[in-house]
Amino acid sequence: MSSLDPIILFFLLGLVAGLLRSELRLPAAIYEFVSILLLLSIGLKGGIELARQPLLTLLPDMAAALALSFLLPLPAFAVLRRLGKLSRADAASIAAHYGSVSVGTFAVAAAAFNHRGLAFEAHMPLLLVLMEVPAILVGIGLARGLFSKSASGKPPTHWASVAHEVFLGKGIVLLLGGLLIGWAAGPDGIASIKPLFFDLFKGFLAIFLLEMGLITAAQAPALRRYGLFLAAFAIGMPLLSALVGTATGALLGLSVGGTAMLATLCASASYIAVPAAMRISVPEANPTLSLAASLGVSFPFNIVIGIPLYIALAKALYAYLGR
Amino acid sequence: MNVNANDHPERRKLLTIVSESAIEAMLVRDIERLGAHGYTITDARGKGTRGVRNAGWDASSNIRIEVVCDAATANAIGQHLKATYYDNYAMIMFSHDVDVLRPDKF
Repeated sequence: MSSLDPIILFFLLGLVAGLLRSELRLPAAIYEFVSILLLLSIGLKGGIELARQPLLTLLPDMAAALALSFLLPLPAFAVLRRLGKLSRADAASIAAHYGSVSVGTFAVAAAAFNHRGLAFEAHMPLLLVLMEVPAILVGIGLARGLFSKSASGKPPTHWASVAHEVFLGKGIVLLLGGLLIGWAAGPDGIASIKPLFFDLFKGFLAIFLLEMGLITAAQAPALRRYGLFLAAFAIGMPLLSALVGTATGALLGLSVGGTAMLATLCASASYIAVPAAMRISVPEANPTLSLAASLGVSFPFNIVIGIPLYIALAKALYAYLGR
Repeated sequence: MNVNANDHPERRKLLTIVSESAIEAMLVRDIERLGAHGYTITDARGKGTRGVRNAGWDASSNIRIEVVCDAATANAIGQHLKATYYDNYAMIMFSHDVDVLRPDKF
């Protein structure tokens, strides 16, 4: 393995500073700004590449991404209910987090793939957008008992608020917006704004990860309270999802990089869009629980250990298949 | 001396609600529907029974909503929010009597 990517060191710096209760804290507006830049950069980059290929050929990949986001919450829910003995609402909410995706993890993966000179399909940001939403619907369905007969007596779901939160949230608007702008402007049109969005990408990512380290450290008390099962789930579930993602990538005929990226997307757990949507739609679920798992364990696990592992997995599979 | 409401035409209630920013849109909709003419929202930080809510993160940020309105409206808002949100959300409410300078606004 090559030397540790410096952006990971920024994450570790934030994590250690947070655990030691340093006073370090990024101003909220800066964090907001950096995450907006990252979302737009990812969208723009995908959009430019999308302009070069007919959208129709991507339909199988898009359908597969949607299906993965619909299906991955189901095993998660079963494990959390049966083994974890969590309440229906808590299990459903956490399952939704794990079916959905994390843009932060994707950004780190994109940087790590570049670092290793590993190319991946340009339409991955599109799949990222598609995988964000279905898991939320499944999560609400599981919590409300749509799949059983015990829906009566529950408070009504605020579907309008949920839809607003999901489809007009920062993540979807900026990713889709960036995709469209990149697609419409093309590589030449984007050249003038390239220095900000592409050349500085890793610098912004480093600052983003510094703050993510601090936020992750803030999850430590909750993790101590909820214990081993949650931590084990937050590592085991990404591994299972990555296996499913790797197999799907191979079936779709993606490149090694694309397969590893799809595995990373499957393994990642949302910590922005889904918490906000779940808070509104499944209020009885404890938000501390799902954030401690996705942010406190799965995010650091994925960016430090997971991504290199998923790359190795895809490479091993493709070597075995002789592709 | 007997003080009644007519001696204080400018007397209103200031209802203050501290809750999660995640439900801001829903709270605002309820408050307007129940008859308040306006409200003021500020970001807030603090600690309560649901732990430190330090606003360092979207999911843990708080807001403070202030509503100036007549006593009946304040009561209606208070009852409704209590019934709807107290069980599952971090929320506290309190109210004061306030004198306003432009009674026609509230």
